[in-house]
Amino acid sequence: MHGEGVYGRVLGLPPVDAAKALADLVEISSQIESAVLADGDGGVLASTLASDERAEAVAREARELLEGATGAAGRPTQVQVSFQEGCVFVVADDERLVAAVTSRDPTAGLVFYDLKTCLRLSGEQPTAKKAAAGSRRKKKADVAEAEGEA
Amino acid sequence: MKRRLAAAAVAIGSVLGAAALWRRRSGAGKDRADVYFADGSMVSFPEGSDEAGALFPIARRILAQARS
Repeated sequence: MHGEGVYGRVLGLPPVDAAKALADLVEISSQIESAVLADGDGGVLASTLASDERAEAVAREARELLEGATGAAGRPTQVQVSFQEGCVFVVADDERLVAAVTSRDPTAGLVFYDLKTCLRLSGEQPTAKKAAAGSRRKKKADVAEAEGEA
Repeated sequence: MKRRLAAAAVAIGSVLGAAALWRRRSGAGKDRADVYFADGSMVSFPEGSDEAGALFPIARRILAQARS
């Protein structure tokens, strides 16, 4: 069924690898033409572009765009540059960035939301979740032990 | 006949003026860069500003690379 994986993923929000997160992003957002997910050093983690060279160039330029927009308020978390012929979006967190190109006059809020979701999903590691679950189990055990002593 | 032509001209002029005003107010057709920060603040740099002059060429290169 069309979109089943996407909606199930969005509802459940399980961690996904970078390529899958980007594929879901382009599938769920009709306004996004192409996107590149990169790490903090500008290394490409995933891309919808056909050429690796172009993906690397986009990642490098996106990082440069963020640095160019850095001002008194610090490094920006989101940048949108709008032209007659289309828009460029860049969303970044502490470790990664995602850059996307859209057609003219997109719904900026939706595009930002989809990019942030992609960034979040691609950044969640299963190991981190397991560690968190282990921590919760330990806390429950501590509580049970404390209640037993009382 | 002249009155009708004048009325039509006024109507067409009004429509065109309203469209131009709406276009100007909505910012359509204007190139700009919107920058959002972690504290929730946002700065918009219109075409012609120094900041836009620095950011536009980079963004145009991204568009070109993505669409080439």
